[in-house]
Amino acid sequence: MSRPQSRIGIKLHQHVIEVKSKFEAEYRRFALKRNSHGGFQEFYHLLQSLHLIPGVEVLLGYADIHGDLLPINNDDNFHKAVSSANPLLRIIITKKEDEPEVFGTNSLQRRKKGLGLTGLRTATIGSTHSRHKPSLLIGQPQDFRQISSIIDVDILPESHRRVRLHKHGTHKPLGFYIRDGVSVRVTPQGVEKVPGVFISRLVRGGLAETTGLLGVNDEILEVNGIDVVGKSLDQVTDMMVANSHNLIVTVKPSNQRNNVTHRVTKSSGSVGSAGSSGSARDSPSPAAQSNPITASNSIAEGDSEDEEDDCDLIMENDSLLTHQVINSNLRDSHDLRPLPQSISLPNSMAASMISNHNGNSEESLREDGNIISL
Amino acid sequence: MKRFRRHGHETQRDRLKQELYQFNKTVEHGFPHQPSALGYSPSLQLLAIGTRSGAIKLYGAPGVEFMGLHDENAAVTQVHFMPHQVELVTLLDDNSLHMWTLRGHKGLSELLEIGRFTLTGPPGAPPSVTRVTSVLAHSSGELLLLGTEGGHVFIVEVPGFRELEERNISLDQVANSVPEDYIGRRNLEHVESLQENPVNPNQVVLGYGRGLMVIWDLEKQCAMQHIPATQQLESVWWTEDGEYIISSHSDGSYCRWMVGGEDMNDDEEKSDIPYGHFPCKAISKIVQLPTEGGPPFLLFSGGMPRASYGDRHCITVIHGKTHVALDFTSRIIDFFAIRDGPQFSDPSALVVLVEEELVVIDLQTEGWPVIQTPYLIPLHSSAITCSHHISAIPLKLWERIIAAGAMQYTHYSKKPWPITGGQNLAPDPPQRDLLLTGHEDGIVNFWDASGVCLYPMYKLSTAGVFHTDSDLNDNMNQGTEGEWPPFRKVGCFDPYSDDPRLGIQKIHLCKYSGYLTVAGTAGQILVLELNDEAAEQTVEAKVVDLLQGQEGFRWKGHTRLDVREEPVLFPAGFQPFALVQCQPPAVVTALTLHSEWKLVAFGTSHGFGLYDYQQRNNVLIKCTLNPTDQVALEGPLSRVKSIKKSLRQSFRRIRRSRVSLRKHHVNNAAKLHEANARLEAELAEMELAPVQRKIEARSSDDSFTGLVRTLYFADTFLTDSSHNTPSLWAGTNGGCVFAYMLRLPPAEHRAEEPVTAHQAKEIQLMHRAPVVGIVVLDGHGAPLPEPLEVAHDLARSPDMHGSHHLLVISEEQFKVFTLPKVSAKMKLKLTAIDGSRVRRVGVAWFGSSRTEDYGESGLVVLTNQGDLHIVSLPHIKMQVHYPCIRREDVSGIASCVFTKYGQGFYLISPSEFERFSLSTRYLVEPRCLVDAPRQSFNQHRPPSFGASSPQRRVMEHALLNDESDFPFHFTH
Repeated sequence: MSRPQSRIGIKLHQHVIEVKSKFEAEYRRFALKRNSHGGFQEFYHLLQSLHLIPGVEVLLGYADIHGDLLPINNDDNFHKAVSSANPLLRIIITKKEDEPEVFGTNSLQRRKKGLGLTGLRTATIGSTHSRHKPSLLIGQPQDFRQISSIIDVDILPESHRRVRLHKHGTHKPLGFYIRDGVSVRVTPQGVEKVPGVFISRLVRGGLAETTGLLGVNDEILEVNGIDVVGKSLDQVTDMMVANSHNLIVTVKPSNQRNNVTHRVTKSSGSVGSAGSSGSARDSPSPAAQSNPITASNSIAEGDSEDEEDDCDLIMENDSLLTHQVINSNLRDSHDLRPLPQSISLPNSMAASMISNHNGNSEESLREDGNIISL
Repeated sequence: MKRFRRHGHETQRDRLKQELYQFNKTVEHGFPHQPSALGYSPSLQLLAIGTRSGAIKLYGAPGVEFMGLHDENAAVTQVHFMPHQVELVTLLDDNSLHMWTLRGHKGLSELLEIGRFTLTGPPGAPPSVTRVTSVLAHSSGELLLLGTEGGHVFIVEVPGFRELEERNISLDQVANSVPEDYIGRRNLEHVESLQENPVNPNQVVLGYGRGLMVIWDLEKQCAMQHIPATQQLESVWWTEDGEYIISSHSDGSYCRWMVGGEDMNDDEEKSDIPYGHFPCKAISKIVQLPTEGGPPFLLFSGGMPRASYGDRHCITVIHGKTHVALDFTSRIIDFFAIRDGPQFSDPSALVVLVEEELVVIDLQTEGWPVIQTPYLIPLHSSAITCSHHISAIPLKLWERIIAAGAMQYTHYSKKPWPITGGQNLAPDPPQRDLLLTGHEDGIVNFWDASGVCLYPMYKLSTAGVFHTDSDLNDNMNQGTEGEWPPFRKVGCFDPYSDDPRLGIQKIHLCKYSGYLTVAGTAGQILVLELNDEAAEQTVEAKVVDLLQGQEGFRWKGHTRLDVREEPVLFPAGFQPFALVQCQPPAVVTALTLHSEWKLVAFGTSHGFGLYDYQQRNNVLIKCTLNPTDQVALEGPLSRVKSIKKSLRQSFRRIRRSRVSLRKHHVNNAAKLHEANARLEAELAEMELAPVQRKIEARSSDDSFTGLVRTLYFADTFLTDSSHNTPSLWAGTNGGCVFAYMLRLPPAEHRAEEPVTAHQAKEIQLMHRAPVVGIVVLDGHGAPLPEPLEVAHDLARSPDMHGSHHLLVISEEQFKVFTLPKVSAKMKLKLTAIDGSRVRRVGVAWFGSSRTEDYGESGLVVLTNQGDLHIVSLPHIKMQVHYPCIRREDVSGIASCVFTKYGQGFYLISPSEFERFSLSTRYLVEPRCLVDAPRQSFNQHRPPSFGASSPQRRVMEHALLNDESDFPFHFTH
């Protein structure tokens, strides 16, 4: 940690960033031009060559300004890392086969306070942590599937929470029940009792429970942006089922203590992480901790609902058809109605042969079932 | 600027919507649910029925109908027409009296409530003092006499409901003059009956519950004569010559008393207990009518021996030596007799209102046959299980159905319908429409639904094809010779199906070819053709295994129906010639017929099949069952315990035991109570469970995903865009659509070469909601015409040049795909937006009210919320929506059928269809006029309707473009 270098860095930090990378016990320091850097892959190979570990599968992490250890594994978060360098960018490299780093909020800070930055060996820390909370294995984002997010925090009243459940692609049931109930509204005329719809039960292990964002007795205000006032329980049920692939419910949590507060201290945290830190505190569920990473993707995936909805599975069994048609044409007398399809289809035939596991046999039906229920 | 133009376009569309769509509930067909009162006006010749729900309905000549509803939700207990006026008075359960009138408005009459009144007693008096028990509408038309529970008679001036206190007849006034020796004088009880002397309007007889009758002079305000009957009084009748009073009593006796004799004389002419010896039930109403130069008619209800026939609902008719106890199907509400002409003329017909039907008996024809009613038909003579509507029936088929029906209705009287009040001013219906109802006992009824009256045309029974339990005890209820009382069964209400497997679930009729297919509860599919002659034939049965080798399960539902192997004689009409029986015999859930291709497609919860009814063999079987779906495998319908069913079963049990128990004096009412109590307990239990709904995405593992919801034939571009082929489409509960390409041999080889089917496409909707409708739209975006429609020049041939589109309607959304390459083009979400789901859907054509030649097709949709939506085609945009049925009325929503021209029907009770219209152009509603009666009685309209002329007026204005190929024209 040589000061002169860093001073130079201060002078140059408009153009150059300092990089300090650590792999096991070895450190490397080098500079990168802020503007001329390439992508993640380039950076990854650079680090491999600097540490003389070509061919070793590694994971990259960096310490951001809050002291959080965050992963670098694509161009986006690499650029984020570079832009956050002030001017020092601390890179921590771990072997993939080793026990991976715990990425996440406060993950570095806590260590910083307790053991200092040098004690980054995670095995021991993980074990001390596990007494309270099992340490999490966090994989690559591509290994993740977003299952929930809190959205629109900035436009909703603090007492409300808009939760998106991504049923798409999970095998987990949505796993909650709703009931009729009485809600109390404050109106200019005073307090008024109106019928409302509430969450009555969470199924253990269901999506709703694992996110920790929905709770029993939370009042449901909207389903995918549509107000449920005046709708019957059955209507609300049907709306939710119809939107189950991408369900967005706006609730008024019965427990108002864990609301997302419009933070004063944190100025630059992403919407997703802010929301989840609120929920992570009240919910011991480990999965809730996965939110910060997943939630950051929510905007990117946000408008894909229609496509999701649209991807009906269409099987065109032309292959089988053509086969049979040809056969029957050959077999049968030629004065039958001509079937030109058999001539026009040989191309699509081959294609569909590959894609469709052929035919209308029952086996293929079952396969279809599996394909769809992903 | 752009926005501006768009706005202009919107308003133009809005205007067009107004020209195309308009929602009206137009008329109620069938028999009112829970009737509770009957009234008749001889001068208006109108019949009035009040119901427990507070409705009042007036009927005259066929097509003359009025309906009113009391604001109070109370039962109508009495209906009285004001003599010789157009007013009528109703008494409700809440002791309120209502005055209604028929007021002329724009050349039509409408029923209006013009006044209401509740008796008020002196302060502090118990409510019984003013509780009205009997009403007499005085012949002057100005007075109402109201007898009360307290024994008083209040006199009220109408129509203003002004109490004439000075003329009231208080109980004290009467009691003072009662002879000392009359045993009941201390408590005369309530006023049971009030009758006016037919020859002297100043005299009325007051009948008290205890038995005493007092003839009261309204002028002098004093009692003229006391008739000291000692039995509890049930009813009083004053004979038309004014000389006798006939009273009926609770012990089953009736007495005849001479009027005008000395007070103290016991003028009991005759006391008789007609079904005597053993204790009898009360005679609740008695009527005696004189005839010209013959013995009088004596009519009374009840009076049956309590122990052996106490449960029968009988009206006894005695005329000279003829004595018949008419045995009705349900409780008797009231009855009256119609006179042929003015006073003293012979009674021509007896009109009886029982709980479930209206029966009219011709008293002038030997044997007293029943006159078929042109309205108020009990649609639910056996419970309705499905309905099917066919618009614009070709005249040829219409005639043939009528001819077949005429042969069935021979046991009815030839007399014209005797209730002929009012004039039907409705224009002749624009087309001939048929409504087919399938019933639980395997009967299909054909109704003429063209006009205001839903008139029965023909009745098809499918039970004859099968061996059923009912065959043995068919003759059980037939009266034996010399039986006493001389019962005669009348009426057609018979809700007890002996074999629920016979129930009809789906119907499809091709109006051009006359081929009909019906499918039932036990997986049976019958194909029938119209034959004008009776024929004896064997119905060839074909068992179809829909499971296609799926193993390891046991069907726990009902068994297949047992087919008669010997030839069966089928009367003229629709005769079955082919039968398919699904295995497992699950209820048929989808059915369609293509008469041009001679194919029938059918589906159950296990799969679907295609049957070639020309060659009588199966073309295709497809199992759609998810092998893990145990519920569907085992036949859930028989295992799920429905309340309705268990109730029906308990009734059936009681009924069955009734025959054997009758002689053992067992009161089955106790059993009934027990059943009811059990039912109530069950219901209460259900209420207590917290209402909670699971939120879960649909998955392939859900039950009944394989249930086939819809089947559709289309000639379209299934595999390539240059050649259209016949195709079959099937949609399942799990959101799956299967498409099969059909290959039909050329017409000349149709009988020999096989029809083949190959699966061409399979679409799994992502949202997995049940597919309830499939429609192919042609190049112009118009739905493909029905089979044979083009061949008969009744539809434009579809555009085969442009590209076709596939419209898949699921419960949750509407989605358009391109053809032949299936890719989603556009969609309209319903459930995701407002939480309602599609329950019923139909394609309808809406004509503009402004220009004759403009019209468009649209989808008519009924949701589970009871709302009707119209969705435009081919762009699937919401046009209008109207609330129609209460969302709680699940059976009403389930029963809805749409016509091809924007009308529809749904059941508002087990016995009534409500008709509605969404179209501005097609509207069938009663338009009628009732004139105020003249005092003379000799104005009689010629009978405009009768069983002898079932083809009412020919619809001259109809667009009968099919008549050209019809050899004998109807005389215009």
